[in-house]
Amino acid sequence: MLEFLDNNARFLLIGSFPNGPLGGLALTLLLSFIGLVLAFPLGLLLALCRIVPVAVLRISSGVFVYVMRGIPLIMLIFWSYFLVPRLTGHEVSAFTALVVTLVLYQAAYLCEVIRAGIQALPKGQLEASRSLGMTYGQTMRLVILPQALISMLPSLLGQFVALVKDTSIGYVISVYELTFSAQQINNSLLTQPFAVFFTLALVYFVVCYSLTQGVNFLERRINRKGSQTVVKLEVANVSVV
Amino acid sequence: MLALSKVNKWYGDYHALVDVTAEVKRGEVVVVCGPSGSGKSTLIRTINRLESIRSGTIKLDDVDIHGKTQNVNQLRSRIGFVFQQFNLFPHMSVIDNICLAPMKVLGQSKAQARERAAALLHRVGLANKADAHPAQLSGGQQQRVAIARALAMDPPVMLFDEPTSALDPEMVGEVLSVMKSLAKDGMTMMCVTHEMGFAREVSNRVWFMDHGAILESSDPETFFTKPAHARAQNFISDLRH
Repeated sequence: MLEFLDNNARFLLIGSFPNGPLGGLALTLLLSFIGLVLAFPLGLLLALCRIVPVAVLRISSGVFVYVMRGIPLIMLIFWSYFLVPRLTGHEVSAFTALVVTLVLYQAAYLCEVIRAGIQALPKGQLEASRSLGMTYGQTMRLVILPQALISMLPSLLGQFVALVKDTSIGYVISVYELTFSAQQINNSLLTQPFAVFFTLALVYFVVCYSLTQGVNFLERRINRKGSQTVVKLEVANVSVV
Repeated sequence: MLALSKVNKWYGDYHALVDVTAEVKRGEVVVVCGPSGSGKSTLIRTINRLESIRSGTIKLDDVDIHGKTQNVNQLRSRIGFVFQQFNLFPHMSVIDNICLAPMKVLGQSKAQARERAAALLHRVGLANKADAHPAQLSGGQQQRVAIARALAMDPPVMLFDEPTSALDPEMVGEVLSVMKSLAKDGMTMMCVTHEMGFAREVSNRVWFMDHGAILESSDPETFFTKPAHARAQNFISDLRH
């Protein structure tokens, strides 16, 4: 059933590279990686805006997040690919449109993950740091974020897995990522759609499953290292009540 | 040294502090007591601006603490604050907890800060715990580290917000004895506590609060033997039972 792979495995993995554009799984992974690297700092910035005591920042970042989370990803892709050139008069490459959209979309989700992580810390951490005379910025950088980011690592990596799958939407604007490559193979073979799309699903599954396993491993390590901390914090909280 | 004049605070419709006027002199140890919900913690938290006030003034050596132009970080670096929940930074070792603010706020070198921290740890009886993490310490030990952390800023005044209330009974003594030695060295202290033995033995003055007002301010001998206010009399007689 999988004999088509003999001829097409390479195309599925890297597209027509190095004789043509990079594509397939390699481009999917590249898109995911660029997406994460850009979306994370943006998400962090948005999260800080969401909790800062400055109304303008709080409201504008909140509106951004709610809009991004309230619209299907494919709509956003259409907007950035078809609407932005209309409005600005500049052509936008499919790759750029996809990256920008994925980054904005992921940043909105990451923002909420990060915000939740920060707000889950006991308020006393902020108060203790501020009462020593440290500024809001120092407190965030040295006290709050180092604790919050460790505890939210699993959710962050979970978002990364979602991002890998989201890149498949690049298909609709002809970015040569994995799904698009599979569709091209299917178009040239015509007779084996089941084999092609089964393989496609399998590749996504292997990538995402490995990432998830990585997340689980990390989570276990953090829990083992941090269990004492967690227990103590819980004990402290109980005695307040 | 600390002068409160007609301080009022509201939580919505609730009048949390009512015309509080009082004074703490240099070298004095003031114990604030009273039933739960009487405003003791709120009062002590207004002194380093962890809580805002509606009206009145609080002055530390003629500096208006709630003045609009007052640099809050500089102000807080001069007021040591010890919390009921210790609030040590769990991701740092004991010595890093103590060194953080002196390095970041006072600009001390690492060597300077560590030398001072080691001396303070020795003083609170935890010289051998410098490299431990907070989670590895008992509650009493954590609170002693928290005291050392506050002292590292060399504040002229120390505020304690129920420093022993979250501790197991057998650990209360070790924290109180550190506080006693501080008082003996002439530290100006204000302490919200239910430890009446400490109040009687160490304090120069007891403030009795109820419903957001200081009803009685007297020396401990008078307060415990013949309190003037009826509610203070009830409070004392309830303690005896």
